Amino acid sequence: MVDLDWSSIPPAMPLLWRGARVTLEITGAALAGGMALGTLLAVFRVSPVRPLAWVSAAYVNAFRTIPLVMVLLWFFLIVPDVLVRTFSLARSSDVRFTTAIVAFVLFEAAYFAEIIRAGIQSVSQGQLSAALALGMRRGQAMWLVILPQAFRNMIPLLLTQGIILFQDTSLVFVIGLLDFFGVADNVGRRDGRQAELILFAGAAYFVVSFVASRLVKLLQDRLAT
Amino acid sequence: MYHWRWGVLLEPVSSGGGTYLDWILSGLATTVAASLAGWVLAMVVGTLMGIFRTVPSRALRGAAAVYVEVFRNVPLLVQFFIWYFVVPDLLPAALGVRVKTLAPFTQAFLATCLCLGFFTGARICEQVRAGIESLARGQRAAALALGFTVPQAYGTVLVPMAFRIIIPPLTSELLNIFKNSAVASTINLFELAAQARQLTEYTAQPYESFITVTVLYVAINLVLVAIMHLIERRARVPGFLHGR
Repeated sequence: MVDLDWSSIPPAMPLLWRGARVTLEITGAALAGGMALGTLLAVFRVSPVRPLAWVSAAYVNAFRTIPLVMVLLWFFLIVPDVLVRTFSLARSSDVRFTTAIVAFVLFEAAYFAEIIRAGIQSVSQGQLSAALALGMRRGQAMWLVILPQAFRNMIPLLLTQGIILFQDTSLVFVIGLLDFFGVADNVGRRDGRQAELILFAGAAYFVVSFVASRLVKLLQDRLAT
Repeated sequence: MYHWRWGVLLEPVSSGGGTYLDWILSGLATTVAASLAGWVLAMVVGTLMGIFRTVPSRALRGAAAVYVEVFRNVPLLVQFFIWYFVVPDLLPAALGVRVKTLAPFTQAFLATCLCLGFFTGARICEQVRAGIESLARGQRAAALALGFTVPQAYGTVLVPMAFRIIIPPLTSELLNIFKNSAVASTINLFELAAQARQLTEYTAQPYESFITVTVLYVAINLVLVAIMHLIERRARVPGFLHGR
């Protein structure tokens, strides 16, 4: 049994905070982008236009079948190439952050789409009929009547998915992007205190996720009444 | 333009010993073995903890709740690092040395099974609990009234019923454990995802190796879905949702 020595953590705080900001930025971008694209996919999925529904289903199933690690590696293979070519960047420019955001937005959209689709289908059919009878177009009915109610029902599930997403962003490790966990691991290896830094990082993720999931639960109880 | 060269998979590895395809197949075997071993552990731990979540004893319920919260709120990657890098240091000295002198593959494989097992166990625990709680309360009461002890009531009535109901969510956990096993590439276990990267480094033909590995993940998924579908049809409970 090895004695734990936590003394390398306080001086590393500024570095760790910089990593935490990367984690939070990816989480925020993936949450916003993933929900926007996910909503679009969900609306396509329930659309009466068959090809749209098929495209959406294929997209969602493809991303849900492949491990996130593989998705990240795939995007790390493709995105830098595309970016360098489209914006004629220098070959050496670091596009890992952009790659991570693109990958997480597209990947999470598949999961958000399933949640939002369930939300849309939970709104009673009569709402759509009533909106159409009032002379609304399908798009208007979806945007003004169905989606607002669907989102209200789905907020707890969407936020829970957000917590999972927050934890999953640590996987940017596989493309060598230094987020909170990547920095912690680096500091640990540098100081020969890997065990302490890994445990510290785990505790930090735990506190954030645990508190967030409690808040979601409170919100859920409030919405239910 | 990318120069496709699918034949590269059948070329012998430059450092000797089989073809690149053999590497991929050994990665596939490792992925399947680690995921299945992790699944067995997850089912045992998850069932036990799921039962604890529903028993009258406060201490047992509390312990199971702590287990679920800890394993659900720490990222999988961090859990892999804890099992691989931290746990051997925290073991009693003699045992820690024995673990650290194991072959590198065995160390990574053991850590992967334990990590996937306990991570997935926390999710199965919640499914088992939901399954037990969804049963009519009369089932428990009837079993006890017939003179069953509490363990007997669980073992012969409540748990078998609960499992027949929760097969669909268990299926998605089974799919997840195979997908999650890809994270083991970060602790140097040469499973499928790690082989995709290694092949890219050796052959400089990234697309061939990535496509092959991705197709294999999809194939695993389809096989699992088919198997679970068969099991689900045979285990349906008449009168319950989706039952006949």
